[in-house]
Amino acid sequence: MASFNLTVNGEAKTVETTADVPLLWALRDILGMTGTKFGCGIAQCGACTVHLDGKAVRSCVLPIGAIGGRRITTIEGVAASAAGARIQKAWLDLEVVQCGYCQSGQIMSAAALLTATPAPTDQDIDAAMSGNVCRCGTYIRIRDAIKAAAAS
Amino acid sequence: MMAPIDARERAQSSTNRREFLGASLATVGCLLLSVRMPAAGAAGEANIRFVPDAFIRIDHSGKVTLIMPQTEMGQGIYTAVAAILAEELDAAFDQIALEAAPPNDKLYANPLLGFQATGGSTSVRAFWMPLRRTAATARQLLVQAAAKQLKVDPSTLSTSNGMVMHSSSGRQVSYGSLVQVAQSLTPPKEAPLKDPKNFVLIGKPLKRFDTPDKVNGKVVYGIDAMPPGLKFAMLAASPVFGGKVKHVDDSKTLSMPGVRQVVVLGDLVAVVADHTWAAKQGLAALKITWDEGNNGQVSSDDIWRKIRASSLKDGAVAKNEGDVVAALKKGELHQAVYELPFLAHASMEPMNCTVHISASGCEIWVGSQVVSRAQGIAMKLTGLPADKVVVHNHLIGGGFGRRLDIDGIEKSVRIAQKVDGPVKVTWSREEDMQQDFYRPVYLDRLSASVLDGRIQGWKHRTTGSSILARWAPPAFQKGVDGDGIDGAVDNPYGLADFHVEYLQDEPFAVPTGFWRGVGPNNNVFAVESFMDELAKKSNIDPVKFRLAHLDKSPRFKTALEMAVQNSNWGSALPAGTGRGVCVSPGFGSCAAAVVEARVDQDGKVHVQRVVMAVDTGIVVNPDTIVAQLQGGIIFGLTAALYGRIDIEKGRVKQSNFHDYRMMRINEIPKIEIFIIPSGEAPGGIGEVGTTIAPPALANAIFAATGVRLRSLPIDQSLLAGKRSA
Repeated sequence: MASFNLTVNGEAKTVETTADVPLLWALRDILGMTGTKFGCGIAQCGACTVHLDGKAVRSCVLPIGAIGGRRITTIEGVAASAAGARIQKAWLDLEVVQCGYCQSGQIMSAAALLTATPAPTDQDIDAAMSGNVCRCGTYIRIRDAIKAAAAS
Repeated sequence: MMAPIDARERAQSSTNRREFLGASLATVGCLLLSVRMPAAGAAGEANIRFVPDAFIRIDHSGKVTLIMPQTEMGQGIYTAVAAILAEELDAAFDQIALEAAPPNDKLYANPLLGFQATGGSTSVRAFWMPLRRTAATARQLLVQAAAKQLKVDPSTLSTSNGMVMHSSSGRQVSYGSLVQVAQSLTPPKEAPLKDPKNFVLIGKPLKRFDTPDKVNGKVVYGIDAMPPGLKFAMLAASPVFGGKVKHVDDSKTLSMPGVRQVVVLGDLVAVVADHTWAAKQGLAALKITWDEGNNGQVSSDDIWRKIRASSLKDGAVAKNEGDVVAALKKGELHQAVYELPFLAHASMEPMNCTVHISASGCEIWVGSQVVSRAQGIAMKLTGLPADKVVVHNHLIGGGFGRRLDIDGIEKSVRIAQKVDGPVKVTWSREEDMQQDFYRPVYLDRLSASVLDGRIQGWKHRTTGSSILARWAPPAFQKGVDGDGIDGAVDNPYGLADFHVEYLQDEPFAVPTGFWRGVGPNNNVFAVESFMDELAKKSNIDPVKFRLAHLDKSPRFKTALEMAVQNSNWGSALPAGTGRGVCVSPGFGSCAAAVVEARVDQDGKVHVQRVVMAVDTGIVVNPDTIVAQLQGGIIFGLTAALYGRIDIEKGRVKQSNFHDYRMMRINEIPKIEIFIIPSGEAPGGIGEVGTTIAPPALANAIFAATGVRLRSLPIDQSLLAGKRSA
């Protein structure tokens, strides 16, 4: 057991655990932040996507011991960034969501895309979003909402 | 604006029945109305009975609360039902609130399914008239109350937005202020329903009210339940279906950090820990020896050999019209066999269930499509009465039929019986995929004769697992599974000499269950592939061939014409690109679609465009119809392109999204949906896109390559180098 000092959505958090625990489970089971979702456990579906210093990463394969001082942003805190707030608004304006389980991860990937690429092309969207599976099939609206957020 | 549903609050509200009634009756001075539900299994209007306890509640503030029997799993049913209620009551949409109904089949049975279940695209169809009638009664009571208060004749009053208005005097009173008077009045026997042309909410796109909390991390699915003192478990059931635990060496696991307990039951092993990762690591470190039982050598090949042999026998007759034997002798006879694979559900929220068994009872947190069955299995396992088994039913992170089964709740309760305090059992993705109730393999045999471009006789035999025989045994009658022949018996082509048989064939070892699109999935694939084959043999354009047989089915004809008109049907396409058409019955909707697909030289299929037209009766929320069809089409295309579950040595071979592939955003076609204005009763829509897409795609591939695919998923190797010029 060791002590890990994390910065999650701007707040200092301390987690007592072993270094191999993926950030996903530290967030969900230890810190009780359940907005970040478990989908596959092998970085194939993107449901667990969070930001590390603003970049999208899959938290299910990121050991807590590998994070160091990098800032973590989760779905609960993504509204604090301009891109995150615009993505969330576009998601509701275009009624993207169905069951919603993958959408935390979709929004985190989209917000990171918009921050890095303010006017993404279809190819940019494919590259940034093809790691996120949606079983309900909301992809058409995800693409439209990213474009709407970029234009807003 | 309607307040977003707080799933935590919802879960709190859906406690046991006694608490629920107590809380409601404590709300003094509310107008309470029973919802008139047809009795379980009742046929039509004649058997409608009045259920006194299921109700709509209107309080002094004007807030209207509906106790909602149906589960929200992304299909938008909360919003649709709220719209129906607000429309007929003439309440403002933001006055409506929904509370999840507690488990109770007597009060909250789905009229179309006979118990409390959300599935089969039935929700709007089932509750459309009962809700409208009850709301109309409530509205009438409020008008009578206003007439009394204002001392005017009720016929001089009108209603809108939760107000009763007396236009000649300009006076108006709110519903909330009328509640007390309305309570004392006798409800009218028959309240008039609104003329659909006066609808103000139904038919307009409405914002979903379950979505705001789904974009900010606040929504609480079953997997997010966190009762105090919670421990976390992962489980391994016998990888061979039907196997048992022989021996477990847990020496390494018990010394691992965070691991608390190893639970060994007859057919599964679970590790309980401080967090899910520790449970997963602990499970991986166990040395489990399984007794594989009789299924250890079963393979997909064995299952296919069995069903192919079985399908040659006569089945139980599901429908027989005219003289099919004589008719099949007229003109040219064609025959074909179609085969569909096992499929997993792979909902994004893996199976999970949180259970706390204590001295005071059993408490369960789960997302279930069958909440009364969830309670029932816990009662059976614990021996506790209904009022000691509380089920918090959560929003569902993908149902698709998977959560119509309660195996996950059963396993979790058994594990929790061995654990002190609450425990959340989470399925790994691998466990979720390998311990599913699979869409069964199906084999469809079709024969038809064609003379001068007209079908003479038509014979269709569906062979497959009967899900109803397991899931609702009374519904499996005389050897015919009503779901198994859905989409076959309701063939829209007006065939006079027509014969459909069902033949039950249970696969070795593999459990089978409902999967989005249910029975029509295989039947529509077979019928619509065969229609294309018949058109080709007759040298008639596939659309013209279908239209020639749709004179007795005007709703289907209109749908087909609309899909075709908007698809550039008949215009030239580049080499290797083709269009395919499909007409789809089922779920009370009449639909047609045209798919455009391109096939590479290496056989890879690119779906480029889908144009779909649907007459789904009166539309409650058109935006939800479009969303469900977009998603349903992608669900069906995913199955057609990639979906297969294989059995090797009694085990499922696929394990995660790398070998059970999903379509991703870079593969999605342009999808255009056309809703046909209709005054018919609302149809179901959640599954129509899924049934219609695969046959339309297979027909497009035929047009592009000349290769007829009679089984799914699409075998790329059959298409390589086959692009036609």
